[in-house]
Amino acid sequence: MNIAWYVVLSALLFCTGAVGILIRRSPMVILLCLELMLNAGNLALVAFSRMVGNQQGQVFALVVMVIAACEVVVGLGLIVAIFRRRLPLDVDDLRELRG
Amino acid sequence: MEAVLFFIAALGALGGAIGVVAARNPFYSVLALIAHLFSLAVLFLLLTSAFVAAAQVVVYAGAVMVLYVFVVAYVGGGGESAWDSIPGQRFLGMLLAVVLFVELSAAILSSALKALDTHGPEVSAGFGNPAAIGRLLLEKFLLPFEATSILLLLAAVGAVVLAARRREEPVLSATAGGAGVAPSEHSAKRSEGVTPAP
Repeated sequence: MNIAWYVVLSALLFCTGAVGILIRRSPMVILLCLELMLNAGNLALVAFSRMVGNQQGQVFALVVMVIAACEVVVGLGLIVAIFRRRLPLDVDDLRELRG
Repeated sequence: MEAVLFFIAALGALGGAIGVVAARNPFYSVLALIAHLFSLAVLFLLLTSAFVAAAQVVVYAGAVMVLYVFVVAYVGGGGESAWDSIPGQRFLGMLLAVVLFVELSAAILSSALKALDTHGPEVSAGFGNPAAIGRLLLEKFLLPFEATSILLLLAAVGAVVLAARRREEPVLSATAGGAGVAPSEHSAKRSEGVTPAP
C-alpha cells in the first residue's frame, strides 16, 4: 500500500475525533475523542517515518503515547474530582470559567 | 495480501472511532476505543514498526484503557442529554469535520512529497524492532527520554493531588458518597447543604 493511504486514513480518524469533541458533552467521551486525535497523529508519524526510511519518527510516536498517558491520568483525575464534588459531568454545565 | 490487511485494519480503526463518538454509554465508547487501538496496532505492523505496535497494545490498550474502565465504573455512564445546547450543533460539527477532512486530503494529495505514492524505501530487517528503537532512545534521544519520565511522574503526582479526598469536605457529602446514587440527587443534596438556613 502506498504511504498516501495511511496518511489519508490518519486525516479521516483525526476528523472523526474532532467531531466527537465538537458534539459530545460528557468530559469522559471528550477525553476518548482526544485519544482518537492523538492516535491519528501517531499513525501519520509512523507512516512518514516509513516513507523516509528513518526510525526517528517512531520514537516521536512513542513520546506522543507518553503525552497521551499523562493527559489521560490528569483528565481522569479531574473527572473524579468533579464527581466527588457532586458537580454535573457535563461540559455545558461546567462553565464558571467562561467569563 | 498487504492491501487486504490494510483495508481490514482501516475499517476496524474507522469503525472503532465512529463507535467512540456515537455510543451513548461511555463504557461502550471505551470498548470501541480498544478495538480501534488494536486495528491501529495492525497498521503499525504493516508499516514495519513492531515496537510501536507492541507498545500500543500493551501500554495503551492494556494499561491506559483499564484506567478508563475503572473511572467509568466509578462515575457511572449515561445521563447525557440528547438535545443540542447550540441549535444545529451536531450538523455544524459534522460539516466542519468534513471540510477539515477535504482540506487535509487536498493538502496531502497535492503536496510535493513524491515519496507519498511509493511504498517507502527498502529497509533492513531490523527496522523498527525493539533493539533499534531502544538504541535510538538511549543514545540519540536520551534527554527527551528522561524528560518524558519526569513528565509521567508529574502527571501521576498531579492526578493523586486532584483526585484525593479533601479533609474539609462536609460530613453530609462523605456519607452520601456511597456508590449507586445518581448525580442529579447528589447535586440536589449539595444545593440543600449550600443554601444557608433561615
